[in-house]
Amino acid sequence: MLRFLRRRFLFFFFTYLISSLTIFFLLRVLPGDPARVIAGGREATEEQVSEIREKLGLNASLPEQYLTWVSDFLRGDWGETIAFRGADNRDLILERTRNSARLAAVALLLSVPTSLALGVIAGLSENKLPDVIISLLTLSVVSLPEFVTGLFLVNIVALRWGRSALAESLGWWFPASSAVPATASFSEMLPALWLPAFAATLVMLAYISRLTRAGVIEELKRDYVRTAALKGIAWRAVIWRHVLRNALLPTITVIAISISWMISGLVVIEFVFGFPGLGSLLIAAIERRDLLLVQAIVMVTVTIILFSNLFADMAYALLNPRVSLE
Amino acid sequence: MRSSQITRSFVSLFRTLLRQPQSALGTILVLFFFALALFGAQLAPYPNPNDQSHDVRLSPTLDLARLQLGEHPFGTDRLGRDVYSRVILGANSIFRIAGLGTLISVILGSALGLFMGYHGGWVDEILGRIIDALLAIPALLLALVLVGIIRNLDFEAGSWQAGLADNVVLLVISVLYIPIVARVARSTTLDIKTREFVAAAEIRGESQAYIIFREILPSVIPSLVVEASLRFSYAIFLVASLGFLGFGARPPSPDWGLMVNENRGGFYQLTPWALEFPAVAIALLVIAVNLMSDGIRRAVQKGS
Amino acid sequence: MPAKAPYLLDVDKLTISYRVGKRWLRAVRDFRLQLKAGEIIGLVGESGCGKSTVALALMHYLASNGRVESGGALHFAGEDLLAKSNADMRRLWAKRIKFVPQNAAAALNPSIRIGRQVLEALQAADGAEGAVAYESMIDMFHQVNLVDPERVAERYPHELSGGMQQRVAIAMALISNPELLIMDEPTTGLDVTTEAVILELVRELIAQRDTGVIYISHNLGVVAQLCQRVVVLYAGEIMEEAEVHDLFEQPRHPYTLGLIGSVPKPGDSKHGLRLQSISGNPPSLTRLPGGCVYADRCPLAVDICRSDKPPLESLPGDRLVRCHRWEEAAPTLNPSPIKREELQGANTPLPSSWEKGPGDGGAATLMRVTDLSKRFPVAPTLREAVQGIEPSPIRAVDGVDLQLRAGQTLGLVGESGSGKTTLARVIIGLQERSGGKLELLGLDVRNSVRERSEDVLSKLQMVFQNPQNSLNPYLSARQAIRRPLIKLRGLTPDDADAEALKLLDRVNLRAEYAERYPDELSGGEKQRVAIARAFASEPDLIICDEPVSALDVSVQAAVLNLLAQLQEEHDSAYLFISHNLSVVGYLADTIAVMYLGQLFEVGAARDLFQPPYHPYTEALVSAIPVADPKHKTERILLSDNLPSAQNLPSGCRFHTRCPRKIGEICETDAPPWREDEAGHQIRCHIPLDELEIMQRDPVLTKGDE
Repeated sequence: MLRFLRRRFLFFFFTYLISSLTIFFLLRVLPGDPARVIAGGREATEEQVSEIREKLGLNASLPEQYLTWVSDFLRGDWGETIAFRGADNRDLILERTRNSARLAAVALLLSVPTSLALGVIAGLSENKLPDVIISLLTLSVVSLPEFVTGLFLVNIVALRWGRSALAESLGWWFPASSAVPATASFSEMLPALWLPAFAATLVMLAYISRLTRAGVIEELKRDYVRTAALKGIAWRAVIWRHVLRNALLPTITVIAISISWMISGLVVIEFVFGFPGLGSLLIAAIERRDLLLVQAIVMVTVTIILFSNLFADMAYALLNPRVSLE
Repeated sequence: MRSSQITRSFVSLFRTLLRQPQSALGTILVLFFFALALFGAQLAPYPNPNDQSHDVRLSPTLDLARLQLGEHPFGTDRLGRDVYSRVILGANSIFRIAGLGTLISVILGSALGLFMGYHGGWVDEILGRIIDALLAIPALLLALVLVGIIRNLDFEAGSWQAGLADNVVLLVISVLYIPIVARVARSTTLDIKTREFVAAAEIRGESQAYIIFREILPSVIPSLVVEASLRFSYAIFLVASLGFLGFGARPPSPDWGLMVNENRGGFYQLTPWALEFPAVAIALLVIAVNLMSDGIRRAVQKGS
Repeated sequence: MPAKAPYLLDVDKLTISYRVGKRWLRAVRDFRLQLKAGEIIGLVGESGCGKSTVALALMHYLASNGRVESGGALHFAGEDLLAKSNADMRRLWAKRIKFVPQNAAAALNPSIRIGRQVLEALQAADGAEGAVAYESMIDMFHQVNLVDPERVAERYPHELSGGMQQRVAIAMALISNPELLIMDEPTTGLDVTTEAVILELVRELIAQRDTGVIYISHNLGVVAQLCQRVVVLYAGEIMEEAEVHDLFEQPRHPYTLGLIGSVPKPGDSKHGLRLQSISGNPPSLTRLPGGCVYADRCPLAVDICRSDKPPLESLPGDRLVRCHRWEEAAPTLNPSPIKREELQGANTPLPSSWEKGPGDGGAATLMRVTDLSKRFPVAPTLREAVQGIEPSPIRAVDGVDLQLRAGQTLGLVGESGSGKTTLARVIIGLQERSGGKLELLGLDVRNSVRERSEDVLSKLQMVFQNPQNSLNPYLSARQAIRRPLIKLRGLTPDDADAEALKLLDRVNLRAEYAERYPDELSGGEKQRVAIARAFASEPDLIICDEPVSALDVSVQAAVLNLLAQLQEEHDSAYLFISHNLSVVGYLADTIAVMYLGQLFEVGAARDLFQPPYHPYTEALVSAIPVADPKHKTERILLSDNLPSAQNLPSGCRFHTRCPRKIGEICETDAPPWREDEAGHQIRCHIPLDELEIMQRDPVLTKGDE
């Protein structure tokens, strides 16, 4: 166990180091003069540029800048925004992260059980009708880019169908825009969450269900399934007790990986729906050239992904007797 | 001949793709879009995507019942541009960027992966860890950051940096997918390396390059083909998404993602067709590529 | 229940098909069998002949793409299984009909503890639960000789050794006291020592019960030692069925004779004897011949064999044979070595020089290995790292001395994990040695292939175990052979092409094989190409690492004959590695026995099967399943717990399993090498003469001597 954890944690810190270096290099070194970028490019005056340079400590050597930034980041000092005048980066990011997390939680609650069920059904009926239908669905409609499905949901489902007489008589109504106040509480936000969460669900659905299907099909071919069947127990018991147990184990890892996927998808979805989450903040920050804010957002994202991977690995190792924890 | 055995596999792969209805449909659609990308300028009624007609916001004249295209089959947008021509002309950029980006990443990524896998040891360990670490940053985030920065840089017009900045999405796709392809190539190489024909080559005293490229590479190609088709479908997805977010082609390019973005919101009520046709084009292409790459995966797995 | 049926299992005209694409292929045709309670019937055949299909069909359990064709009958204790519903079959599977699978490691669920899996079977059989069920499980574990059954129950399958997994599988099948037991190659993949233990166990457990057993195996030896009747299957059809003694002494079908003659028996040697081999390959199911399925490979085939399908005829003495010519052929079908050559025809006469014994001619020393060792470092655990302890490395090869003379074969035997393959890879230079010296023709040879000169590389070549992997799938046979010709012999590409064809001819492959790719070659053909490739650089020494163990017996014999013939022609030396003592004994002049990284016995091959032997060799020899039911075998059963190479036993490494351990000295002192006048060396604390007295009754005695 110790050895396993040690290796995991070492990797955790190494990844942190590499990704922070990558982001630092991209944002501080690649632009040549980050101060000028922040100040607004070619039009900025020399005074504006040097003022920003002074303020951000860009006159120090690169390693020094990196260390300062990392230690500030770790201490929770993520700087002040330029794009959103006066606000503290950390407050802003934490608030938006919370909102995105709400959206992600709803999307996960919708997608994980559904996709596991679809994957298991498809896997158990390999190449038969249910499998063919599920495969076609997951390969087509469900794997469209989020902005296509998102716009469909906004323009067709919310605006056209939502305002039809039928929908009104059913009391079925989704807001077309999810541009709620960033400070709203969860219950205030919930009505605005359904459509974007559904859009985020679709891509995950395709991904997780296909891997689950593959897992079930692979396990069904194993000799132990025959052993179990020839014990004379019911086929249902063979599936529940033997097949699913082994087929669904790797899904833990898959779900963790798909969280990274979902973060990408959420950027687009938040943009389409105007939802005040981390993704729309990132786009605004990039458009407004707020390098410090961009850096902090990317590091927060990486942290979330690394932790979800770490938890998934530990859960997998604990549940799978074949992974030695020695 | 060595190449003939590989050609033979590709021909049989193509045949397998056409034999199944799903993958046949996908492959034919992809080829159709590919033809649009190649001959778009000849096929479009208005070869200049920014030709403006006086008829702004004209409804589509396409009449499926009578099989007539009409003057503006997909209508015109709010600036009077022919949506039909713009959709046809837009095929080129998405294919060029996604296709070339995939090609570059597959070539460089597989070279890196083959080297890591065959060499092993600390080189492999360190490069592998770096790749894993890079993969912890979501692809779209990294792409947004990269595009956002490079596009804001000031370069002299005509310099190579400016050329690079113009092709920033292509560059980003190549860079993002190199580690992913490398990881696949590496794991397949690790498997092939243990085969005894590699040991037989080592016993003959073959050079490292000979063993990597002539003994191992042919057996890695099937999994690279699967990965390349998968990467291509993700690349199309990514190019379209970046275009939509305003991080791809700049207006007034006839980029599908950009066209969708330009015509959403309030404009959608005025000219829904200006959003719907490019959106449908993206959807069709993504579905077609997915069906084809799924067919490739099945065919290769069955073959092995 | 209906009146007691005369047979426990009565099968007639059973035809089983598989759907491949849109076609139904008839994998097994017209199968019949009658099994009495308490009887063990063996079902032998080579890979692809339909054995496993029959096994599952007898259970009435077929994959979804398989079906039993109508017109067949399958009766178990008078009940028609083919008419049974799934639910009825489940009740039978739970209690009365049990299956023991081939690969127990895969047949046990990897994520469920052993105890729960066995209790599940018990619950399905008797509804037994709780303490009663647990007690009977532990009792069953005792019966299959599982040490510490309570702890085994708590383990997961991957934590057990292969032998223990197989015991669990057997326990799981026997726990419901079944009437019928179908065992599908239950010892394949196990070491010969473990196999002997499991077979002994099966024999014992069956004798206590009244269970009828169908025992499926590709290994004639196992069947000869265990079964009362034998059914020989080929390409999905029964070729012959007889009492075990009748079958082995007077086979009536040419295929049966071919199989028996293909297997070298202990004591057989390449000097003076060629193995009976069966030419060609089994027919493909998609293109079955219209006549006898064996006609293409049969030395006795005449026109009628190719046009008309022979019926399964009843012969006197309660036996069956499917052959047009059994009556004419019967007198010639006598499995004695002399007759063999007559049957085989004059196409491959024995070279007269084969009569020379080992050691004759005083050839020069070709290769000398001195104190060779190979250690694999082990990564420290966190605690070890903190305390600064360096974990002990895995000592795969530890101080091995060997000599090999030009043109001779040195056989290397041992169980899996003994370090034989590592030794081979170190000598060939695929792995760097950790210590010791390697000389070839008196010259030091460098560590790794990368440092060796082309001259050394061309002198040392290797033939690998797995024909599936030893050829590059993207190179044709000609391309595979021509590369070493260009690289190591410096031929021009044109000359190399011509020479490649000659080499193919030398390994008995026609010129049309030159442009075939590995996926168009059978296993034996691939191995021939690999042998031609190894001979291309005209090496002095070829290392053969289990070159025939992945091949079917009929093909195996042809490859062994080929190796013997090429050695004769080229005067090359072999280092021949195998777990199969009979095979090594057949081909080798000298034999070295390896255990846990060290040699324990080195001597002339002809002495291997006679005392004195090292106690480990004695156990290995006694464990050989001999393909002759009259062979009386005093089995020396070893425990199947091989110590780990990281944590080696002190003193004599064999003391933890040695049946002849004499006392504390075995645990504390490394045993000395003892040598007799003939140069036979044994490393043991017991003096040679004492060993010989202990072992006076040879463990293998031929029935007719």
